[in-house]
Amino acid sequence: MTIFTFTLILLLGAYLAGLAGSLTGLGGGVVIIPLLTLYFHVDIRYAIGAALVASIATSSGSASAYVKEGITNVRLGMFLEIATTAGAVIGAILAIYTPVNIVAILFGVMLIFSAAMTLRKKSEAALITGSKWSYKFKLNGSYPTKDGPVDYKLNNVGAGFSIMTLAGMLSGLLGIGSGALKVLAMDTAMKVPFRVSTTTSNFMVGVTAAASAVVYLQRGYIDPGIAFPVIIGVLAGAFTGSKLLMKINVNSLKLIFSIAITLIALNMIYNGFNHKF
Amino acid sequence: MTTKENKKMTDYDMEQLIGQVLRLGVLISGSVAIVGGIWYLYQQGSGLPHYSTFNGEPAGYTSLTGILSGLAKGSASEIIQLGVVILIATPIVRIFFSLVSFIIEKDRLYIVITSIVLFIILFSMFAGLKV
Repeated sequence: MTIFTFTLILLLGAYLAGLAGSLTGLGGGVVIIPLLTLYFHVDIRYAIGAALVASIATSSGSASAYVKEGITNVRLGMFLEIATTAGAVIGAILAIYTPVNIVAILFGVMLIFSAAMTLRKKSEAALITGSKWSYKFKLNGSYPTKDGPVDYKLNNVGAGFSIMTLAGMLSGLLGIGSGALKVLAMDTAMKVPFRVSTTTSNFMVGVTAAASAVVYLQRGYIDPGIAFPVIIGVLAGAFTGSKLLMKINVNSLKLIFSIAITLIALNMIYNGFNHKF
Repeated sequence: MTTKENKKMTDYDMEQLIGQVLRLGVLISGSVAIVGGIWYLYQQGSGLPHYSTFNGEPAGYTSLTGILSGLAKGSASEIIQLGVVILIATPIVRIFFSLVSFIIEKDRLYIVITSIVLFIILFSMFAGLKV
């Protein structure tokens, strides 16, 4: 395979990754790593570099629209970014001491968790009263709906902050956005309505990924020949996805995608245990 | 009432500004990557990929000075890496603009919070964690 065909196939793969990532909310990174490692037999460290780039591209691309619509809670995102960026720096340091097959196994586990999170029941309920810390840090807000703006309050700020630190660490170690863990922290712990938590999580992914990407770029994980088809493909795919999202029902797509992701994850875990990375 | 209205306006303005910054960053980095990518394929498209073993990238691709000196020579790989750097810089610039907005809004709590996030990223950038 020449560089030319490699680039074309990767461009197509990245396009599909961006498309599936934006339709299911999983982000572009989770598909890029298995595509590069299992299909192209690219070293997992280059794949992590590429996934970070993909995560920043999808996050920034779609966040620009959500922020303007006023759904994203910018203060909540900013506050929790302390946890995710600190976690990401720790993750990037841990990566030096973590064998690549362990990284692959962790990635597989994270993938299965993400697939399960995609299928969970979503709660749009808004709390009437928040916890003491939610007022102290001005984290409560409102977001626009068809029937006018809805106010919501937050709970369990400490628990949310802790899960976010873990999400940041995994993001720094594995190169993914950890969107699933971020949503878990906001939905399940802090009781943020899911439209706000999804968009705020997406908003945070770019900053979290940038915190470790500056380290990985200097470590030589980001290769130009892999990076450019990934950036262009993922951006184009995410753009198509955001247009399609309004028109199609994504529930069956999410189910198919989750099953596919789980199979890929098992493959990654199997290969990890057999030291095939 | 007026103070509350004003505050709402600046929050709204900040959201529009942040959205604009993110969109612009993605557009510029995507365009630079396309230009570099086409040039790269023209130069090296018939070669063979070498990604199954990890060698790390040469110094020219991993530092800003290296990328800039490669650009001066018209090297395609460095043009792509410039696109990558712009992409990584986009969320960081977004934080910087948030900081400015919070300063204008005189939201002291969030000036501190945003500065902490900015500090962590700058630490990550310059602390020499690349080992």
